[in-house]
Amino acid sequence: MTRLAAFLMCSVLAAPGLAQELRATGDMGVVVERATGSVLIVDQSDHAALARVEGFGDLSHASLVFSPDERFAYVFGRDGGLTKLDLLTQKIVGRVVQAGNSIGGAISDDGKLVAVANYEPGGVNIFDADTLEQVAAIPAGGKALGLEDAPGRRFVFSVWDTGETRIVDMSGAEPKVTTLTNIGAEPYDALITDDGRTYIAGLFGEDGLSAIDLWAETPTARRILPHYGRGQQEMPVYKMPHLEGWAKAGDQIVLPAIHHHEVLWIDARTLEETGRTQTHGQPVFAMARPGGRQVWVNFAHPDNDTVQVIDSMTHQIVGEMVPGPAVLHMEFTARGTEAWVSVRDENKVVIYDTTTLKPIGEIAAESPSGIFFTARAHRMGL
Amino acid sequence: MPDRAALLLALLCLAAPAIAGEDAVGPADARRLEHLVLQDCGSCHGLTRKGGLGSPLTPEALAGQDRDLIATVILDGVPNTAMPPWRPLMTEAEAYWIADYLLKDVKK
Repeated sequence: MTRLAAFLMCSVLAAPGLAQELRATGDMGVVVERATGSVLIVDQSDHAALARVEGFGDLSHASLVFSPDERFAYVFGRDGGLTKLDLLTQKIVGRVVQAGNSIGGAISDDGKLVAVANYEPGGVNIFDADTLEQVAAIPAGGKALGLEDAPGRRFVFSVWDTGETRIVDMSGAEPKVTTLTNIGAEPYDALITDDGRTYIAGLFGEDGLSAIDLWAETPTARRILPHYGRGQQEMPVYKMPHLEGWAKAGDQIVLPAIHHHEVLWIDARTLEETGRTQTHGQPVFAMARPGGRQVWVNFAHPDNDTVQVIDSMTHQIVGEMVPGPAVLHMEFTARGTEAWVSVRDENKVVIYDTTTLKPIGEIAAESPSGIFFTARAHRMGL
Repeated sequence: MPDRAALLLALLCLAAPAIAGEDAVGPADARRLEHLVLQDCGSCHGLTRKGGLGSPLTPEALAGQDRDLIATVILDGVPNTAMPPWRPLMTEAEAYWIADYLLKDVKK
């Protein structure tokens, strides 16, 4: 490893373009270009794209996580590809196609393991973060999704077909798997709160969500917000909502409803409902600005040109922007001063000032989807 | 995308005003629908249509299916699955255009 590092350093220093300045990665990020199998490496401070890197395969529904030193990104592609990107050399340094059809991944709390959730053939594969060598395969009997890292070198995921959640403890020599059955019908995605305590799975097949207290001696699944849509007409869902580890807004957790055009607020400790906010469309992401003062929401097709901003104290909508057709994702800078918004069908990322809600910059990108800033490296569940 | 030329040709043909009926799919609509298939159907079925939460829509996967059934699934969805009804968002002609688009590479 040290020899490799020394070699890498030499080759970096040898390249005249890179030797001119030392570069830290704390204000860098990666933007997924979903249709072209490429990513942009971006500089948050300069509002600039530094490089386009190609060769990631099918990046529809791609996501990524960062190594603890914020140098490497592990990119999870739809086609089962797990690709390791070096942000400094702007090169792919490892790639395995580890399954036929995948849906995201996670990195262990110690940064040593990367796990990928697979639709086909199902289950979760776990890899050495350094070498991308496979170290474990956790079968699931169905489509694995909602894969999150949990404290104690654990991973947690759910299974669409069987309504199960599995906790995979990788702290010992062999994986120790705990299966929680009957968590709810058709879990479609999940999140873990930034304290590493609460795993929440969204359910497609029923009104309600499932929550697991990972601090409990024996974690059990508990239904929350049961029948939240009772008495309301179900709306078609043209894009699945996504749950992400930006859900904690002060003392509350904010969650997108499904089949209903609203976001749901619950108390972070009791998990009881504290309110609802009617929204412009079927929410996809409901993301708390760092600090939790506001929540930004984007929407499913055909309402996906709009972003709404909700005050987390009053639950009122306090801002509405129309960045352009097909807003797919949003990402806040680490302290929440800016939000970067991907506008797929105008091939751009629009940068908003989160105080004025005005655009202050723009970056060209080819069909951009997910935006990921390196500060994620130091947060649980991201 | 070997069929882009063929598609372009088809689009040019459709552009002839004499052919376009009241609810026919014009060239601008065709471009919009192709984009919809790629990007929005692609959310669940994959950009390469190899599937995801939704089933694969590759020529191999669709072999033997007829256009009426596919158009009906698009328009009305599949109950108790994640496939939503698209009828609120498109005409029947558009659903048939998508069915034909998906079937065009299926070997007869």
